[in-house]
Amino acid sequence: MISHPRFYWGETGNDLTPTLFKLPIPASRHLVPTGYGYVLPDQNGWSRYLHFQAAWVVILTGLLYAIFGFLTGHFRKNLLPGNADLSWRALTKAVAGHLRFERPSEAEAWSYNLLQRLAYLFVIFVLFPLVIWTGLAMSPAFVSAFPATVNVLGGQQSARTLHFFVSLALVLFLLIHVGMVWFAGFKSRVWAMIAGRVSRP
Amino acid sequence: MSKISRRKLITTGLTAAAGVAGLGVAAGLAQKYGLVPPDHGGIWGLGETLTYASQRLLTRHSLAREFPRSQISKPPFPNEVEPPTEEFKRLQAGRFADWRLSVNGMVSRPATFSIDQLKSYPSHSQITMLQCEEGWSYIAEWIGVPLSHVLQVVGVLPQAKYVAYFSIEPDTWESIDMADALHPQTFLTYGMNGDALPVAHGGPLRLRLPRQVGYKSVKFITHLTVTDSMKSFGKGLGSAAPEFGYAWYAGI
Repeated sequence: MISHPRFYWGETGNDLTPTLFKLPIPASRHLVPTGYGYVLPDQNGWSRYLHFQAAWVVILTGLLYAIFGFLTGHFRKNLLPGNADLSWRALTKAVAGHLRFERPSEAEAWSYNLLQRLAYLFVIFVLFPLVIWTGLAMSPAFVSAFPATVNVLGGQQSARTLHFFVSLALVLFLLIHVGMVWFAGFKSRVWAMIAGRVSRP
Repeated sequence: MSKISRRKLITTGLTAAAGVAGLGVAAGLAQKYGLVPPDHGGIWGLGETLTYASQRLLTRHSLAREFPRSQISKPPFPNEVEPPTEEFKRLQAGRFADWRLSVNGMVSRPATFSIDQLKSYPSHSQITMLQCEEGWSYIAEWIGVPLSHVLQVVGVLPQAKYVAYFSIEPDTWESIDMADALHPQTFLTYGMNGDALPVAHGGPLRLRLPRQVGYKSVKFITHLTVTDSMKSFGKGLGSAAPEFGYAWYAGI
C-alpha cells in the first residue's frame, strides 16, 4: 500500500493511468507521483512474508473456528438473533441505546446483545471470507487456476481496491471491538474470551 | 477449575504425538514431491512453504489469464532500471547483434544463442498482465520463444529441478522450478506489442513468467543454468530476491 498508494478499478493501473483515488501519503518508491519530496524506506519484503504467513494463520484457525462453530451449534445458539429481535423496533431501540452509551444490562454479561450478534456474524461470514477472496484474487498463480475469482470482481485492480476497503472494515471492527471490551470491563471480558466462560461476579 | 482427568491427559498426549508424527510425514512428502521452496528456513519459512506447496499443487498446469488485444495498456509502464553498464552500452551500440544467451548445467548439449538464433525458433505470443508486488500492473503482448523450447534444444537431464537465470545487471538473478520452467507461458521474450522489446522493458531479452509477480520476470537475460539444487548459488536461498528480504516464490 505504501509502495503504491494509488488505487484503481478494473484490470490494470499504474503511474500512467488515472486513479480511482489516492491516499494522501508519501510512497516507498520514488517513481510514484505523490506530491511529497521524499521517499519512505522499502518495507515490502518482510511485510509480504508476514502478510502471507498471517494469512495462513487466519485461514487455518478460521477454518477450525467455523467447523467447530457449526458442529457445536455456537453460531446458532449464541450468534443467530432470535426472530423477535430482528424487528425494526428492536433494532432501532438497540442502536439508540448504544448511541446514548447506556451501561449494558446485567443480562448482557451472559449473552451477546443484538448489535453484537449482527456485527460478529457480519465479520465472520462476510468480511473474513471477502478479505480472503479478494486477497486470492490478486494472486497471479491462484487466478491462473481459478480465473473466475478475479473476473467476477471486475479485474485484478478492483480486487486490490476491494481488499483495501474490506481490511479497513476489519481494522475498524477491531478498534471498536476493543473499545467496547474496555467499556464493558476489560479484565472480565478478556478472561471470558480466553476461558470461554464468565466468572460470576 | 475442573481437574484434568487421566483419560483426557492420555487422549491429549496421543493427539499431540499423532500431530507431530503427521507433520513429520507431511514434511517428508513435501520434500519428496518438490513442495519445499529454497528459502524455507527462518521465521517466514512455514508460511512460504505452505504458500508454495499449495499453489504448486493447484497450479502445476494452469494457464495465466490472457486478454483481448483491446485491453493492452497504452503505453505500458516502464519501471525504473539501473543505469546501464559499459558492457550493456557497447552491446546496445551494436544493436544487440553480439548479445549472447549461454545455457549450461544439467543439460546434454550446453549452448550459446544469439537473439537472431532465438528468433529462428517458432515465435509465440501472449497477451498477459505484468503485476508488480508494489501494486501496479499493465497488460502487454509478449513475443518470444517458450523457455521449454530452448531447454529441449539443449537437452535437460531428468534430474533437473530448477532453472536459474541471470541478468547482465550485477547481482540480478532468479530461479524457477521445472513446473514453471516448462510451463507454456514461460517465455524468453524479445518482442512486445508487435515490436522489438524496448530496453526499458528488459530488451533485448527478458524472461517472462506471467504466473508470478514482476520481479521474477528478470530483464536483460544473458545466462541460464539448469540444476538439481540451488544450495551452491549465492547464499543458497534460491535467488537474489530472498537475499534482499523478498520471497523466492512470488505467485501471490
